[in-house]
Amino acid sequence: MKYLCLIYDDENRWLDAKPEEQQQSFAEHMALMEEAQKNKQWVGGEGLQPVRNTVTLRVRNGKTVQTDGPFTELKEQIGGFYLFDCDNFDQAAALASKIPEARTGTIEIRPVMVYEG
Amino acid sequence: MLHRTLDQVVRRQSGRVLGALIRQFHDFELAEDVFQDAVRKALETWPQRGMPRNPGAWLTAVARRRALDRLRRVEVERRHAPMLEVSLEVDERELQASEAELLHEDERLRLMFTCCHPALALEAQIGLTLQTLGGLTAREIARAFLVQESTMAQRLVRAKRKIKKAQIPFEIPGPEDIDDRLQGVLRVVYLVFNEGYFASSGGLIRRELSNEAIRLGRLLHQLRPEDTEVMGLLALMLLQDARGQARFDDAGGLVELERQDRGLWNQAQIREGTTLLERALPRRILGPYQLQAAIAAVHAEASSAEITDWKQIAFLYDLLSKVDPSPLVALNRVIAWAMVFGPEHGLGMLDDLGPPAPGLEEQDLLTRADLLWRAGRLCEARRAYDKLLALTSHESVRGFVEARLASMGSKTEGPTPREMLDGADQS
Repeated sequence: MKYLCLIYDDENRWLDAKPEEQQQSFAEHMALMEEAQKNKQWVGGEGLQPVRNTVTLRVRNGKTVQTDGPFTELKEQIGGFYLFDCDNFDQAAALASKIPEARTGTIEIRPVMVYEG
Repeated sequence: MLHRTLDQVVRRQSGRVLGALIRQFHDFELAEDVFQDAVRKALETWPQRGMPRNPGAWLTAVARRRALDRLRRVEVERRHAPMLEVSLEVDERELQASEAELLHEDERLRLMFTCCHPALALEAQIGLTLQTLGGLTAREIARAFLVQESTMAQRLVRAKRKIKKAQIPFEIPGPEDIDDRLQGVLRVVYLVFNEGYFASSGGLIRRELSNEAIRLGRLLHQLRPEDTEVMGLLALMLLQDARGQARFDDAGGLVELERQDRGLWNQAQIREGTTLLERALPRRILGPYQLQAAIAAVHAEASSAEITDWKQIAFLYDLLSKVDPSPLVALNRVIAWAMVFGPEHGLGMLDDLGPPAPGLEEQDLLTRADLLWRAGRLCEARRAYDKLLALTSHESVRGFVEARLASMGSKTEGPTPREMLDGADQS
């Protein structure tokens, strides 16, 4: 089953981080990616640009409306995601606990919908 | 008569049977459904043919047939193929296979870890544990927790679906997680116990929860015999429950520890609890359950309230507030030291704690009122008791406070200057 791990954290923490802190975090992400790839649990994952570059879009009555900013203004934003393919929830949780932002922010684990038939 | 025997058999077997079914089919709901089918089938056939030699194996075999039948049915419908009728009769070979399987104690431990998985809401963990390992029905659990049956049923169904849909595994956690996860299991068992132990209303079914928790504790101890916190929890429940009979008077009012008739305490249970503790404590892997059990054991050892070794209890609370600090532990620590150094000392410690934590206002006030009463500061005590009466929704607490107020008599004149000064100091 696939599990999407959404990384919520205060993006200013990343933007204000010292270069060596960023390197440390980057190294942890690389190690996690390698581990997941080695275990054949890797599907994908990306870091996202800051929310100041975000646009939200709605279509209402056939008209497309774009607005500046994220869907909800929170102190913590989605800063990236992983998509893992695991045998069960505990395996996904074990991987998620190695995301460095889990120590400062929050990881939301979403099982991906399975369409039968 | 047979119904009652069958009921007991089902309760005893449900954890094992469900464990075996869930491991095979990875589907809580399906396992639960076919188990119920098997129980119905047993009700039909056992009265005529007699109870099988191994009822658990019989139930497992019948339930498994039923599950295979259902899965086949779904498959057949999908392919529009003709359905073959399946017999629900079980033969000796199947029975023996099921019997061998039920001997695996790991099944029930796995089941506990799944039911108490942190990905489930706490109420769902409690409900699932009682349903699958305790063999309680959704109706019984709902009555015990004073919620609507439909609410409880829905909660259970949702949790089972989540286990299936999010693929929460049916496994004993690996060595890096097992201690944390076991803590979760112990917490659920202790919550079940407390729900029964502190039940002031709801009658027998709620009290029954304490027995159920002790049964689960015994099961855990059987499955993890070397774990000191499992021993600690079982000892704690046995020691607390040993006082069960003495805790309420004939009218259902709460009797505090020092007024309890210690002749009513269950000595066999106290011995069992202390024996467990004597095995656990020397291993020096201290945890909150062992420490709480040790405190309960000191109380149990005292043949009267007057000779209770409060100094030892106070030291144990010091330890507990380091190992597992909480506002409740802090409050109990105050009570213990107040018994050693007197109520004024306790009141000083209570002031140092600051305002009570949310949810603890009642206990805080009860403690303050009691210390004031012991210190002879009766007017302040009366005010605290009055405030408590306005706050509490517990009948047993109300009864106790009203009796205490009555015993304080008609000393309703204003506070003495000394008391006014003390009152001013506190604010």
